[in-house]
Parts: sequence; structure tokens; C-alpha cells
Amino acid sequence: MNFPKELRYTKTHEWAKKEGRTVTVGITDYAQKEISDVVFVELPKNGQAVAAGKPAAVVESVKAAFDIYSPVTGKVTAVSSVIEGDPGMVNQDCYGKGWFFTVEMSTESEWDALMDSAQYEKNLKTEV
Amino acid sequence: MHFHPVTADDKQKMLEDIGVSSFEDLLKGIPASLRNPKINVREAVSELEIQNLMRGLGNINHSAHDYLSFLGAGSYEHFVPTAVSEVIRRNEFYTAYTPYQPEASQGTLQSIYEYQSLITELTGLDVSNASHYDGSTSLAEAVLLSVRHTDRVKVLVSRAVHPHYRQVIETYLKGTPYSMVEFGFGEDHTFDRAQFESLLTPEVAGVVFQTPNFFGVLEDLEGVSEKVHENGSLLIMTANPLSLAALRSPGEWGADVAVGEAQPFGVALQFGGPYVGYFSATRALMRRIPGRLAGLTVDSEGKRAFCLTLQAREQHIRRERAASNICTNQALCALAACVHMTLLGKEGIREVAELNMDRAAYLRGKIGATPGFKVLKDQPIFNEFVVRSDKPFDVLEKKLLNKKIFPGVPLETYYPELKNQFLVCATETKTQEQLDTFVRELSQC
Repeated sequence: MNFPKELRYTKTHEWAKKEGRTVTVGITDYAQKEISDVVFVELPKNGQAVAAGKPAAVVESVKAAFDIYSPVTGKVTAVSSVIEGDPGMVNQDCYGKGWFFTVEMSTESEWDALMDSAQYEKNLKTEV
Repeated sequence: MHFHPVTADDKQKMLEDIGVSSFEDLLKGIPASLRNPKINVREAVSELEIQNLMRGLGNINHSAHDYLSFLGAGSYEHFVPTAVSEVIRRNEFYTAYTPYQPEASQGTLQSIYEYQSLITELTGLDVSNASHYDGSTSLAEAVLLSVRHTDRVKVLVSRAVHPHYRQVIETYLKGTPYSMVEFGFGEDHTFDRAQFESLLTPEVAGVVFQTPNFFGVLEDLEGVSEKVHENGSLLIMTANPLSLAALRSPGEWGADVAVGEAQPFGVALQFGGPYVGYFSATRALMRRIPGRLAGLTVDSEGKRAFCLTLQAREQHIRRERAASNICTNQALCALAACVHMTLLGKEGIREVAELNMDRAAYLRGKIGATPGFKVLKDQPIFNEFVVRSDKPFDVLEKKLLNKKIFPGVPLETYYPELKNQFLVCATETKTQEQLDTFVRELSQC
């Protein structure tokens, strides 16, 4: 499984990418394999307030529905129209076109609390 | 071994949490006289005696079979072929519990799927659920869908929507951050367009119209969906589904959700229930629809199969984020509706709808020409209309009850301003002779 080094990760299997104060959020390779074929995503609204560790989106796969938690606190600045129209993209390109939404971070210290790829991989092993 | 699912300590803790001191406190809203009513039957009665007693009590009720009935107002008398009860009484269907497991219940699931298909045909919308308990609860669920979908707090409801339905909405909204605001109707018994538009503010989640409305009048909803959608709100329509066979469908009016009472199909009056609510919506709202939904798929061998679908909406999957806490449907009544519609066929349903329009129009003309009675003779109607009487309604009703006629439903009960006005319904069940008898008896009141 692939966990890019430049990303940060959460225990609930989201990845986060930082550009300035803007954080892009998606789900990890491990998560997309676990839930299998994604058939629907429900994204937050543009401008909506989200909190670190709180549900911000929902993915529905052929197996079940899952909440997606925001890694950081802030305001949603963009949501992906790509995965709304083509939810399978979450499986095909989870770190690229399969991104979910972007958040303008209000508390930068939250970023430092997220796991790097090595920590995430280690955490996965303890979980499995 | 004793097993107590709830101990006395548990009960005490629950009572404390909700802030009452005893279980009896929870019953305070019920008048004491009703809590432990004295049943007026002497002790130790034989089965034969009790059967006779109960039959005697039952016979005090008068049904539409014993009387010439012009009652409508949400419950409609129709001719239901005997084949309907023959089919629904089959052992596979006649059960208190609806079996939904696809491996054991292909027949049940197929019948639900067919019911849904017929409802979408009538409403002109994309998706229908497996049904609700009745029209009022399906409308309340539609209102809840609109607040969830838009994240807004207010629903606008026409006062020409069935008063019971509005009461149910109010009950559903009690204790929530959401509220209902009503807009009125004019002298012609159609909605007040100016008031509707002035109340259409940015916090409005959904707008509810009924057509034919409670007064039997067809609403002209030209331009309404545009206004509602420009405001970012949802258009919810409730309609007698039989009328949709002859009239413009909610889909054609631009509605997002269409709900209502499917009792006119296959379900007798039954003193008010059980009935069956239909619920349909656009594809865009598919994942917000409450309740059960049967779908068509293929099994592991590629053969056609039916199953419940889109279950991520339901509370056994995500309890706290479910679309609704409704987790069943009104399977037997929905089946009756499905069988009745299927027996009638596309043309048959339209013919029945047209017969209803003919009968009501004929009766309205006759009553309108009777001294002492007024009707709005130019309003487009389906199968019922308002009559205004010069005499008090209860005097009239008393006289007609003696002649074994139910003359209609008095409107003053629901609209204090509509004194001595009553709603008269004529369906395909009435012959011209019966309609003429009614008019003659009215004229002699």
C-alpha cells in the first residue's frame, strides 16, 4: 500500500495535504481498499465550519456507509465535484482526483498533531 | 432464572434523567377518567354473550355501506373489485410482519417494487419508497427531508392543505429547531399568491401545496416551482393520487417531493385507517428519502432479483445520521393499492378519475341550482367541492341522517370562519339516481 511521505494522516484513515493554510482532505489507500467500491459521497457545503475529529463527509460503498472526519478545524473552502459525479474516483486515485474537500485551517498547531506516513503505517500495524 | 431488562434502579435513573419523579407523572396529559376506564361489562360473561354484546355495540356505528355517503375530505369511497382482497389475502402476503429478506421474500419485494413503479408513473417523479403509514405522516417526513436537505429552519404550508396533515407536521416539529408558517387562501378557495410570495424568505426549507386542495379545488401552480427553487427551497406537493391519472402530475409542476394518501386505491374507508402514504421524490433527493426502498438487481447467477436498496439512509446502518427513524412500510395496504391499480390498468385508472370529475361536476351544478345553497361553480375541481348553506349545517345534517344520507364534512370544525359550509364528495360509486336523490333531499331541508 502507498502512503505518500509529503502527506499527514489521521487514525480514522484520512490524509491531509497542506498548502499555506489550506488543507486538502481525502481517504488513504488502506481506507479505500477496506471499504471497497465507493458508490456515493456526501460532501460538506462550501463555507461550512468543520472541526478536527468531527464528521464532515460521508462515503457510501457497496459494503456500508462511513463518516469521514476532518483532520483539522476551520472552514470548507472547496469541495470536489469530480467525486460527486464519479465516486469511483475515490478508489482509482485516492491521493489525486479522489480528494474530498479543502479546509482553511484556523489552528495551525493541529497540523503538527497529525501523523506522518511512517507513524501512520506503524499505527495501521497495531490496528490490524 | 429471572431476567429483568430494566431494574427498578434503572427505571429510577431514567425518570430522574428526564426530570419526572414517577411513571404516573408521564401520564398526566391523559385525563384521569380515561386512564383506568370502567368497562361496563359484568364479570364472568360467556363467549356467546360477549360476542352478542360486542356485535350490538359495533352496530351502533354507521358505515358508508349503510348510508348514501358524500363524505370525502381525505378518505374516499371507491369501488374496489373483489379480486383485490382475493390477492392480498394470500398466505404469502397476509402477515403482520413484512419479510424483507431477499433470499426468502422475492414475491413481497417484487410487489413493493411494482407499487413503487406505479407511484412514480402517477407522480412523474423518479423514485418512490415502499410507503408510509398514511398520507399525513408521509407529508411530515417530506417536511423533515426539506429541512435536512437545505439546512434551513422554516417550512411554508398552505392553509388549504388538509388540517389533519398540518397538525401532524406540527407534532413532528415539536421540540425541534424547526417551525411551520402558514399562508392563507382567498374567497375562491385557492392559495393566496401574494402572501405565499411575501413569506418565501431565505430561511424557508420547503413549501407545501395540496392539489386538489382540501376544498377540492385544483390549484394553479404556474410559476410556483420557479419561485420556490430560486429561493433555494424544495417544492413539496400532496395530491390525491387518483386525480393524477387525469391531471398534471407533481413532476410536471416541478415538485421535488410528492406525497399523499394512497387509500383511494384498493383500501376501503375502514373508519379512518389503516391507510397507506405514498412518498416519491426526484433522483437528486434519492439518498434523503425516508424508509424502505425495494430495488431491482441480479443474483449471483445473473438472474433478475429484488432487494431492499440504498439502505445507508436507514437507521440500522447509521442510527444517528439516518434519513428518518422510519424503518418499515405499510406493506399490505400498499399491496392493495398496487393490485387495484394493476387491475384497472393505465386506461382504467384514467377512466375512473374522469368518472369522478363527471360525478362531482354534475352534483355541483345541481346543488348550485337548488335554492338555499351556493357553490363556486367555475372552479376546477376533481371529486369534491364546497357547498354554502343558508341554514345551519347541523340542522341540515340531522335531517339528512334520518334519511340515511351523510351529506358531507362541515368546514367550520377546521376553519371557524367558514360557517355553514361543507365539503361534498361524489366518486364513481354514485349513480345519477343517487345524486338526484341527494339533491332532492337537500332541497327539502
